Amino acid sequence: MIALPFPFKRRFHVLPGFNLALGYTIAYLSLIVLLPLSAVLFKTLTLSFGQFWDIISAPRVVASFKLSFGASLIAAAINVVFGLMLAWCLVRYRFPGKKLIDALVDLPFALPTAVAGIALTALYAPNGWIGSLFAPGGAFGALFGEQGLKIAFTPLGVLIALVFIGLPFVVRTVQPILEDLETELEEAAASLGAQRWQTFRLVLLPILTPALLTGFALAFARAVGEYGSVIFIAGNMPMVSEIAPLMIITKLEQYDYVGATAIALAMLILSFVLLLAINALQGWQAAQRTRKPGGKS
Amino acid sequence: MSRYTYKDYLLALGLLLCLGSAMAESTLLNVSYDVSRELYKDINPAFVAQWKAKSGETLTINQSHGGSSKQAGAVIGGLEADVITMNQSPDIDILVERGGLVAPDWRKRLPHDASPYTTTSVFLVRKGNPKAIKDWSDLTRPGLAVIVPNPKTSGNGRYTYLAAWGYALQKVGAGGTTAEAAAKDFVSKLFANVPVLDGGGRGATTTFTQRGIGDVLVTFENEAVLIGKEVGEDKFDIVYPSLSIDAAAPVAVVDKVVDKRGTRKQAQAYLEFLFSPEGQEIIARHYFRPRDAAVLKKHASRFPAIKTFSVESALGGWKAVQQTHFADGGIYDQIIVKK
Repeated sequence: MIALPFPFKRRFHVLPGFNLALGYTIAYLSLIVLLPLSAVLFKTLTLSFGQFWDIISAPRVVASFKLSFGASLIAAAINVVFGLMLAWCLVRYRFPGKKLIDALVDLPFALPTAVAGIALTALYAPNGWIGSLFAPGGAFGALFGEQGLKIAFTPLGVLIALVFIGLPFVVRTVQPILEDLETELEEAAASLGAQRWQTFRLVLLPILTPALLTGFALAFARAVGEYGSVIFIAGNMPMVSEIAPLMIITKLEQYDYVGATAIALAMLILSFVLLLAINALQGWQAAQRTRKPGGKS
Repeated sequence: MSRYTYKDYLLALGLLLCLGSAMAESTLLNVSYDVSRELYKDINPAFVAQWKAKSGETLTINQSHGGSSKQAGAVIGGLEADVITMNQSPDIDILVERGGLVAPDWRKRLPHDASPYTTTSVFLVRKGNPKAIKDWSDLTRPGLAVIVPNPKTSGNGRYTYLAAWGYALQKVGAGGTTAEAAAKDFVSKLFANVPVLDGGGRGATTTFTQRGIGDVLVTFENEAVLIGKEVGEDKFDIVYPSLSIDAAAPVAVVDKVVDKRGTRKQAQAYLEFLFSPEGQEIIARHYFRPRDAAVLKKHASRFPAIKTFSVESALGGWKAVQQTHFADGGIYDQIIVKK
């Protein structure tokens, strides 16, 4: 037997062979993830840094980055709040049609994105069911001044589409944690005199935060890259409602493949940095919890 | 467990292989742009029947449709298209530039610069023309909403932009820098009136007809007529401007592919069929303007006379147009970002 250094001391594992498993993991990741991504990198490397910077700092591209990342962050935040509520409802309550609603949550996953985009546009356009309520002359239109509130073909429309596609990520990551959570915990907190809000903030939230952060990260990552469902509702006005993936498509349409990969690389780096930050936040939060077991109540 | 033995599988595989090799001799792949789908659905059976009568060979023609630049990109990437049928020549020129898939003289190998039909940019307005839109100059009126597909991503949008540009040049008169400045001012006013830029022609159609946005949709004549037929003729009117652009649809045999697959004879005959009276008749039925004078005359009621100019004659060819107007930082970018 080979003597392994301390961290690799042999222990019993269900699956055989740490070396085999690690080798497989790395090979698989390389093939599926790293190879396509490095192709993006290498294609971009044919540009000088100056050229690369000119492409990604063009005002239209910068505006599209702001919209894509800004709207994705807001959409993910909205989904964290309402996704948690939905998951709570589905786990803790029994009501007729619960199975049906549970299945409905996954619909944004399964629906072809273009279908979602067209449906949302039809709803929120100034002559759609919801859009007409906010149009001048609609039920709520007057609340927003003479012009009413335009939803489709504005950044607001983009946000709605991103909220739609991101919802399942939060619900599905939080749901299993909630299911494992024993109600005894809350009962104990209550019997120790905690108010409802205290129980939620000091007992439930710390347990749920890692799952919520994961859901947030997944919903965000999906929203940044989303094209199909957004493109119909965005209106695609330069400097206002152009999303970053549209800038890539625009470059491709002009056969400017290198320019397209330059924007793709910039998006990739930005997304990676943000996801890394979310991961770090998760780690920090876990450390906080172990330091102060049980909170301060 | 499966009831099939390996022998059954071998048999099936063998049959598939036979079928595959039999088909390989007599298939053509036509890679085309988005809205030609219905046209080629009619063209293909007619040509297959004619080819069968002439050569005895049974031909299968497969179609692939999508956004034109994406389609050309797929062919560059290795999609084995025997023929490519597009709605603007840059999408064929790119196959000459990248990988030499098509010979540089493709325009000379078929009549009419290798374009069997043309269409032109016209206006679709709401019934009764409530905003009294007659010509391009009306589209620059403040407060009017004009629906145009994105010229950066759509051939339809590019033709619209160029039609407006050509109109402005002609109106100011002689060329030179003043005319160019005036034309730039004209198109920037027009695009200031555009509230939504859809990715493609069909998207713009939906925005205008289904979402009820805009006073006028600028699109191809065949698309405008089809909208009337599909959505109801009592809802829209077509307005022909005083001058518009000649949107010729070019076709080419993909030399590298047909030489490899041995399908040059069939591919060439297929494209020539488009120029034959029979092919031209089918084309006219789909509201594309045929090249054949006799066929055009027969359907004259469908195609009101309209003065047109072509990119080659008035604007110095596609290469120059791409450079000055649509490249990054070109005139289109300048007018749209300024806004």
